[in-house]
Amino acid sequence: MHAVVVMILQRLALGVLTLFVVSLVIFGATELLPGDLASSLLGQSATPETVAALRRQMGLDQPAPVRYWAWLTGVLQGDFGVSLATRRPISDMLAARLGNTVFLALYAAAIAVPLSLILGVLAALWRNSLFDRIANAGALSAISFPEFFVAYILIFLLAQSGFFPSMVRLNPTMSLGDKLYVTFLPALTLTLVVTAHMMRMTRAAIINLMASPYIEMARLKGLSPLRIVLRHALPNALAPIINVIALNLAYLITGVVVVEVVFVYPGLGQLMVDSVSKRDIAVVQAIALIFASAYVLLNLTADVLSTLTNPRLMRRK
Amino acid sequence: MADVLLTIKDLKIEGRAGDDWLPIIKGVDLTLHRGEVLGLIGESGAGKSTLGLAAMGFARDGCRISGGEIDFDGIDLRRASEGKKRALRGRRIAYVAQSAAASFNPAHKLIDQYSEVPVLGGMARSKAEEEAKTLYRKMQLPEPDEIGFRYPHQVSGGQLQRAMTAMAMANHPDLIIFDEPTTALDVTTQIEVLAAIRDIVRDYNTAAIYITHDLAVVAQMADRIKILLRGEQVEEADTRTMLAAPKAEYTKSLWAVRSFARPVAPPPQDAPLVSVRNVRAAYGKVDILHDVSFDIHAGRTLAVVGESGSGKSTVARVITGLLPPREGEVVFDGETLPADYRSRTRDQLRQCQMIYQMADTALNPKLRLRELIGRPAYMYLGLRGRALDARIRELLALIELEPDKYIDRLPSELSGGQKQRIGIARALAAEPRLIICDEVTSALDQIVQEGILKLLDRLQRELNLAYMFITHDLSTVRAIADEVVVMQKGRVVEKGPKPEMFAPPHEPYTELLLSSVPEMDPDWLSQLLDARAGKT
Repeated sequence: MHAVVVMILQRLALGVLTLFVVSLVIFGATELLPGDLASSLLGQSATPETVAALRRQMGLDQPAPVRYWAWLTGVLQGDFGVSLATRRPISDMLAARLGNTVFLALYAAAIAVPLSLILGVLAALWRNSLFDRIANAGALSAISFPEFFVAYILIFLLAQSGFFPSMVRLNPTMSLGDKLYVTFLPALTLTLVVTAHMMRMTRAAIINLMASPYIEMARLKGLSPLRIVLRHALPNALAPIINVIALNLAYLITGVVVVEVVFVYPGLGQLMVDSVSKRDIAVVQAIALIFASAYVLLNLTADVLSTLTNPRLMRRK
Repeated sequence: MADVLLTIKDLKIEGRAGDDWLPIIKGVDLTLHRGEVLGLIGESGAGKSTLGLAAMGFARDGCRISGGEIDFDGIDLRRASEGKKRALRGRRIAYVAQSAAASFNPAHKLIDQYSEVPVLGGMARSKAEEEAKTLYRKMQLPEPDEIGFRYPHQVSGGQLQRAMTAMAMANHPDLIIFDEPTTALDVTTQIEVLAAIRDIVRDYNTAAIYITHDLAVVAQMADRIKILLRGEQVEEADTRTMLAAPKAEYTKSLWAVRSFARPVAPPPQDAPLVSVRNVRAAYGKVDILHDVSFDIHAGRTLAVVGESGSGKSTVARVITGLLPPREGEVVFDGETLPADYRSRTRDQLRQCQMIYQMADTALNPKLRLRELIGRPAYMYLGLRGRALDARIRELLALIELEPDKYIDRLPSELSGGQKQRIGIARALAAEPRLIICDEVTSALDQIVQEGILKLLDRLQRELNLAYMFITHDLSTVRAIADEVVVMQKGRVVEKGPKPEMFAPPHEPYTELLLSSVPEMDPDWLSQLLDARAGKT
């Protein structure tokens, strides 16, 4: 197990380095945005003097490296600064939103991951059968429609008839069951969007192995097709599957703005879009950094899990 | 006889080629009695494996059994349901594959793979493990109590092959199909596996179909031998009759195949073309070569012999500059070559070319022969236009392929032997003085091997080439070498002219290698084992 610990530490160090580079990119990119927060806050009637005063007060007159350093040291202490638009601490604004986003992502993943694994295994087992074709066609259609379209179809089918609410109103006192109920439609939308990718990778990774000599050996040992797929093919196909799952989980956290907007879900994506339009650069930076961390962490987890599933990497000769 | 186990009558198997079905097995009969070992011999593509699998009622994807009868102990395997056939496989009929390294599942421990079928059949897990250990012991695996708990990549090839035989024995099957179980092994390892397989098959009175292309091996293992040629049976007889008095012309040609040998050359008088001097080389921190020295002369062949892992190919990497040595040097025609190929001049690179074991992977599948052969001629010698075309045609003629017919073909449109000829032509195109041949014949059938060896021999005489011939096959050495270097664990254990190397006294390791090469005599294995047992 020692080798794994070393590997995790190495990857963590690399992850921190990646995040550092990302923070530079984020900061640089927001510097490139046109317009100026102070003048847009004060409106067109503002005099150059008042704009300059506000800029000085908000620290915008400092050179970029100084502001970057101040921002970075703050972030390292958990202080993302103050929202330039609302003057509230960004950490407070993010906490609730992040919780909501993670909740929705986990909810969708809890449905989508087992579903796509089962569908993928069955599609590989009954390759080229009617089931395989229907599962593939269904998954591909779901991924081909724009997300908002899938969302509206679900609203039309399930919300118009009154089964589920079309707008998500969350409050902190809700029970878990209620929360699951009101967020069912966005979770289902996301499930439909991410299942195809994971299912097809599962199917392809398994089928890719079905021609290998040890699968022929398993067949010649008289094992049943299901056992061959589950016990002999799947364990060797886990690495690519895990990586695709990680990418989709990352997408569930970072890429769901449209679905949040359709269902009026108070998540991070919506907050980011709002902040961009308000030129609230501090909030945008904070969210971008959180998204980057999610990607880094999930990829790290995927790498570690893929290694754990491969005895050739776990136990040297 | 009453105790017939397997009867195959007029079996026909077809393989899919695009929209057509082409015959692979064209009407073969086979009868096998309980406890009998039948040797199945033929070149690759003769249909041996297909026939062996058909004895389990199994056809690979893209193949189908299209005619004939397969009867296993009263069960009609052509008409039996999949479920019924599955119940036989792994229980009453078992299979041992050519490459155990590829046929064990890399994700599970050996003993888990052993226990799988017995436990599914209702045996307690602990009992299955006990039986596995007993069989591992019988197969003379080291540490029989622990070895099962390793993953396949932690166990050597010869041990895996024995573990796979143990796995096949798990349910005391009536019949085992051995599909070239020792082809991928070194000669010294092969002996151990052959002996273990033969003993266990006798002890359990198991019938077996032993598939191989190596006549000497089958002579040790089989009671009867059947010969296949392109899906048809050529002849069948009990082993001694078959060896002593083969009837069919094809069989006689198989028996005669090892006839090629070149005359013994007088000792060289000139200075060596290549001198490898006191080379020590390493991958990472581990030394692979220790103090390796030898010479190669123009117009002569040096064979480098040893088991896999002995450092043969590493020497080649040092000479070509792919692996700069830690110590020592390579002298070419009187001047020391830069250690790293990147520091060598184009002309230095041109003088030394390689031919590889797997012609399949050594030729770019997307390039036509014109480009494959033309490129070195263009790159090293600056030929282009009509001169290049003429040179390519000349080279094709030199390797005995008709230029007009072949010049625009892709590698996929060639046979294995033809591909290896293209590898030779590509090396020749650079007009080298030394060619390193890395196991160039070991992936080929014996008859094709013979053709390649003759071609190399002719080219050497015509072009005064020096060959460094890396091989583990001593019969190839006997055929083509002038000088021999024997390597073991990265050291040169013995070197000298071929006649001396093949005449006693030998170094102990050379002796072991030489005595491990199977001979056609059916009693050879028993006598060898007796002799070795007597010595220790």
